[in-house]
Amino acid sequence: MPAQPLRDRAADNLRFIRSTMERAGSFTAVPGRGQVVIGATALAAAWLAARQPSPLGWTVVWVAEAFLALAVGGWAMIRKARAAADPVLSGPARRFWLAFAPAVFVGALLTVALYRADRAALLPGTWLLLYGTGVVTGGAFSVPVVPVMGVSLMTLGAAALFTPAAWGDWWMAAGFGLGHIVFGAIIARRYGG
Amino acid sequence: MAKSGAAPRRDETERTLKAERGGAAAAKLDRLIHERVRLGILSALAANDSLTFGELKGLLKTSDGNLSVHARKLEAAQYVAAAKSFQDRVPRTEYRLTAQGRRALERYLDHLEALIRAARG
Repeated sequence: MPAQPLRDRAADNLRFIRSTMERAGSFTAVPGRGQVVIGATALAAAWLAARQPSPLGWTVVWVAEAFLALAVGGWAMIRKARAAADPVLSGPARRFWLAFAPAVFVGALLTVALYRADRAALLPGTWLLLYGTGVVTGGAFSVPVVPVMGVSLMTLGAAALFTPAAWGDWWMAAGFGLGHIVFGAIIARRYGG
Repeated sequence: MAKSGAAPRRDETERTLKAERGGAAAAKLDRLIHERVRLGILSALAANDSLTFGELKGLLKTSDGNLSVHARKLEAAQYVAAAKSFQDRVPRTEYRLTAQGRRALERYLDHLEALIRAARG
């Protein structure tokens, strides 16, 4: 048997094994279209929050947006999984949520703490940083674009922490609004819905 | 003149030796795993605790019948274990890689690497 074709076939099989393992280990049930909808609601929330006269009204708008985003995201994820005849909590999906949830939980606790300490101005940076962190860690088990989205959100969060508080809603609109729309569209186009 | 005649003979001998080494490594390849769909099933399961029939089908882009035939062969060799259940009254089959299957895949990878090394000389 000639050595060269044998080597080529062996190398080809190794590449096939590697690519199959990479695809199998990626969580593709992240709903791209759902993220686009979440981005649109976040833009609306930014507009509404900017018109609130008090920190309480501002916080209520964004917390309501968080719950709305959770509902839309959950519904879109279930829909995408069902369309592919996949279980909603398959192995990769479970790993994604286990890595994503701690940062979101910390974000919820800090929301209460910072609001009670009268430091609501720090919330945009905190939320963007922690949500971005969750997306990066969860994204380690997902398609490559997801961690990139997380890093972008973290960058915006860092910028929000060190710029005037009045810019908060702009950073929120850029991260939760445009960020979700742009990356959601990429996921929807490349990874099916 | 003597040098120019010896060089092609040496090249030919080296090629023969490489082919023999490659042939020996190729002969050791597990034929059950060597088939693409079966290799895909084992590779995918090596990267996950378990995968459903639907997940494997989407991942390997193959038909129900084809996947079913190849999965059964791997089950018969005890390389994978299948658990059947119902979810919302829909039958669901979940596959896992057995310890035997993982060892077989590792052996197969070792043989592929040996093949490449032998071909390089």
